[in-house]
Amino acid sequence: MNVSVPFTAEQAKQLKAGDTITISGVIYTARDAAHKRMLEDYHKTGKFPFDIENQIVYYAGPAPAKPGQAIGSVGPTTSYRMDAYSPALLQLGLRGMIGKGARSQEVIKAMKQYSGVYFGATGGAGALLANHIEKVEIIAYEDLGAEAIRKLTVKEFPVIVIIDSNGNNLYETEPQKYKRVNQ
Amino acid sequence: MREISTKLIIDTIAEMCITANCNLNQDVYTALEEAKQKEESPVGKEIFCQLTKNADIAQECQMPICQDTGIAIIFMEIGQEVHITGGLLEDAVNEGVRQGYEKGYLRKSVVQDPFLRVNTKDNTPAILYTKIVAGDNIEITVAPKGFGSENMSRVYMLKPSDGMEGAKKAILETVKEAGPNPCPPMVVGVGCGGSFEYSTYLAKKALLRPIGSHSDKKHIREMEEELLQKMNDMGIGPQGLGGRTTVLGVNIETYPTHIAGMPIAINISCHVTRHCHKII
Repeated sequence: MNVSVPFTAEQAKQLKAGDTITISGVIYTARDAAHKRMLEDYHKTGKFPFDIENQIVYYAGPAPAKPGQAIGSVGPTTSYRMDAYSPALLQLGLRGMIGKGARSQEVIKAMKQYSGVYFGATGGAGALLANHIEKVEIIAYEDLGAEAIRKLTVKEFPVIVIIDSNGNNLYETEPQKYKRVNQ
Repeated sequence: MREISTKLIIDTIAEMCITANCNLNQDVYTALEEAKQKEESPVGKEIFCQLTKNADIAQECQMPICQDTGIAIIFMEIGQEVHITGGLLEDAVNEGVRQGYEKGYLRKSVVQDPFLRVNTKDNTPAILYTKIVAGDNIEITVAPKGFGSENMSRVYMLKPSDGMEGAKKAILETVKEAGPNPCPPMVVGVGCGGSFEYSTYLAKKALLRPIGSHSDKKHIREMEEELLQKMNDMGIGPQGLGGRTTVLGVNIETYPTHIAGMPIAINISCHVTRHCHKII
């Protein structure tokens, strides 16, 4: 299945934990420093550097592009570092997040309340994922270097729904199936 | 006395930064291939396919395997018959890192101050460990370390009475808590003994050992094998999405320690455990 961004709460509710999907359209990179600054800006001006309504944020900071490339390697970073900021963004309209690793109960609660989805991209597969990015534009915080906000035009970007808008969580359910109990 | 110029050190380190970041070491690649064959989880199998394909693309295009090209950690074993000419060693190492990260299109991930957090924009300073040894060569190891896994590392100051069982418990607890965060399958480096800081140095050194290698001390080798089995029985699996392979290797290094203590450091690394060696 392919999901086009932006996507609505109703569309988000159709996605279930375990769905292997691809994403096409526009997504935005933001990681630690950009999240902090985005929310500081919002509290000062009432605006984000881009309209977050129904959008997806990708927790990533790419390697520089070589000549002829749109972007360098660009896999996900570990998501829990953004947990402090995500509930506020979900409340304000953010629909999806792409990263890797566990999320806090506060984030999952906000995802259920505001119909958010958490997607996992394969961590450490940055060269492979770069092939799904067609266009890149820095739209804010250029001084942050790798941490600047980039608008990415993606085509069939491969992800798995890790936590859905009902709070079903693959990190809770899947390891149990392979656990051997001689611990 | 043999003279080695800082120019040679700069050029060597620059090239090694690029090599380490763009070419997955054969031991890791083989371990991923083997894990792919053994994996029972369909999602896990697909992830292993992505990881080997990613490594192939990185090597072919000479682009980083992972965008987190790390903080550059450099070990140098300097023969005491060597005389370094043309400037300071530390400056040469940093210049090598600066040139390598620029030339190789590697990400600059270092901030100047842990609180003020302004990017240095050239990935310096490196973290440099030197040791004076016999001979007239310099043995260089460049080990770029990403922080997704580094953040999951721990130090425990255990008591002698905690024994091997206490150490195993601490190591297993660290891996379990890391869960999906450090990009499993992980490589686990453990340093036991020494002092507070030396145990962490040993843990980092342990990560430089090839996957599948074992300690030559029998009790430690058995501990490595037992821990590897128990970690893979946790079911965390590739990317934490369930499966048979959570850890590719457990490497333990030990050192004499104080009568009152038993420091244990666990340095978690990911499936992109990178290190490049060269003797000049």
